[in-house]
Amino acid sequence: MTTLTPVLSKHWDQADSFALETYRRNGGYEALRKALRMAPDDIVEMVKASGLRGRGGAGFPTGMKWGFLPKDNPNPRYLVVNADESEPGTCKDIPLMLANPQVLIEGVIIASYAINCNQAFIYVRGEVLHVVRRLQHAVAEARAAGLIGENILGSGFDLDIVVHTGAGAYICGEETALLDSLEGYRGQPRLKPPFPAVAGLYASPTVVNNVESIASVPGIVAEGAEWFSGMGTEKSKGFGFFSLSGHVVRPGQYEAPLGITLRELLDMAGGIRPGHRLKFWTPGGSSTPIFTDEHLDVPLDFESVGAAGSMLGTRALQIFDETTCVVRATLRWIEFYAHESCGKCTPCREGNYWMVQVLDRLEHGKGTEADLDKLLDICDNLLGRSFCALGDGAASPVMSSIKYFREEYIEHFTGGGCPFDPARATLWAEPTGGKGR
Amino acid sequence: MSTPIPGPQPRGERLGDDARARLEVDAKEIISRYPRRRSALLPLLHLVQSEQGYVSADGIDFCADQLGITAAEVTAVVTFYTMYKRRPVGEYHVGVCTNTLCAIMGGDQIFAELKEHLGVGNDETTADGKVTLEHLECNAACDFAPVVMVNWEFFDNQTPESAKKLVDDLRVGADVRPTRGPDSVCTWKQASRVLAGFPDGRAAEGVQAGEASLRGLRLARERGWRAPEAGAGDGGNTGKEAS
Repeated sequence: MTTLTPVLSKHWDQADSFALETYRRNGGYEALRKALRMAPDDIVEMVKASGLRGRGGAGFPTGMKWGFLPKDNPNPRYLVVNADESEPGTCKDIPLMLANPQVLIEGVIIASYAINCNQAFIYVRGEVLHVVRRLQHAVAEARAAGLIGENILGSGFDLDIVVHTGAGAYICGEETALLDSLEGYRGQPRLKPPFPAVAGLYASPTVVNNVESIASVPGIVAEGAEWFSGMGTEKSKGFGFFSLSGHVVRPGQYEAPLGITLRELLDMAGGIRPGHRLKFWTPGGSSTPIFTDEHLDVPLDFESVGAAGSMLGTRALQIFDETTCVVRATLRWIEFYAHESCGKCTPCREGNYWMVQVLDRLEHGKGTEADLDKLLDICDNLLGRSFCALGDGAASPVMSSIKYFREEYIEHFTGGGCPFDPARATLWAEPTGGKGR
Repeated sequence: MSTPIPGPQPRGERLGDDARARLEVDAKEIISRYPRRRSALLPLLHLVQSEQGYVSADGIDFCADQLGITAAEVTAVVTFYTMYKRRPVGEYHVGVCTNTLCAIMGGDQIFAELKEHLGVGNDETTADGKVTLEHLECNAACDFAPVVMVNWEFFDNQTPESAKKLVDDLRVGADVRPTRGPDSVCTWKQASRVLAGFPDGRAAEGVQAGEASLRGLRLARERGWRAPEAGAGDGGNTGKEAS
């Protein structure tokens, strides 16, 4: 049986967990002292050896990303933290930055030292005002304590950190769109290659890492690569947040080794709400193909989830019971993608627009079976045909929901409308005998 | 009969000389944070929004002047990002998440009931200028669904009743306290100033974590589950225990 392993969330129940003093009392910034005595390349090797893979969804090895920075490029190097958490279902970085922004700051300082950069940015989405306050406060406290600035802890290493707030655009979570946004432009993805490691912010060598990835670094430095790689599975090392939301008794953040299953997590979260049963779920946000109750025992690591036809993504487990209309859920997601498509690439801009039209008539009982083929055809023209993965993400819920719930789509037009009562799915719905609709 | 020709976006309010002088000082500070001036554009737009409540034509010109770029270049950016408003916003911006998870958990019903209760549509403001209602995309609080944001502060686990009381309180000026946020809600303009990078000194107010954020930790404490200790060797917990 897998157990929870609180590391990043270990001190979140202390009232001032966000304060520098509390963080230090709990052993914070010891990893930085240790890191500053190490050679920068040794830290990169340590992070590589830990097996840490990006926690922002794609799962690219973090240490390898750091190692890609060209040695001979004379331009300044930059570290940019992607704190633009916006993938539907994903809600781990926001509570982390609210409860313990200092672990992120310590990670930023260590990572900057490791890659030899003197200017870091934290790009945080703007719609989370109190998180912005906590980050600003954390940077100010760290600066006042000599942890940021010139000659940090007498090491000769200088670093400045700027908290930069976005302005409401999902696409800025894509790393090259984020860089364009940080440069003061519309957030539109760039063609890769060149990757940010070679030509990132201001066309300089840049590392872009997710909040949770960077926050995992102090632990690795303090406890060692083997400590980290001792958790998780062979190719998906370590721990991470599993964020349960929706029709579960106790939604929330569950920090566990990669490879835990939804069955185990549901058991910890009190199960599906009483009188109901699991219908479908996302393993890692709305851009990852949905799973059903067939997939309760799939180990939630990168390889196993991939082999079962989806992606681990951000471990954003959105749980829906049998009162939920899958057509309505999919329509709403596609409305989101249509709204957030930056418009640069035609397949994504047009494909999402048309999928909304088709899904809307299906949901309202006015579709036909040909519409299902039309949707799949649009997905075929979306997948892999744009600069970034936003369009690919949009195809995920459409294709997977048709795959698992084709009959339910058909029922909508044979029955002349949606057979579900939305009131039954709400948080305040009266418990029922589990009849479903 | 002539049909009216659609004109350009109204200029909006003028930015007075006093305000401009004040903002220039702030703008200098913002620009100094970045290796390249243009990176200051997003915070500068939050700054002009903190002065006027929205981004007026004068606000756009101001940003363009500070950065040495054209008003057209600034406008292209303003219109890309949903947090920048081109028309005045109420004192309180009330956002209801209607992305899939919140919608299904009741966000759709909350949004519908608020529209009726306030007598406004999406992206419209009540006649008293107090509340602007808008539906939002995912705000990264899914474990607290359904979520309502007021001036970008979290109001978790809402119901139609709690949301209606919330907007009523906002309109009469009664105390309103976010679930995870400071002790009270600041105004839309004040919020924009924080987003521009000028702290309001309220970071230490409010809870460090909401209930849902703590559920895994509490369960681990209850069951004696811990992450392994470094160098614990074979006897260390690796996140597995015998069934």
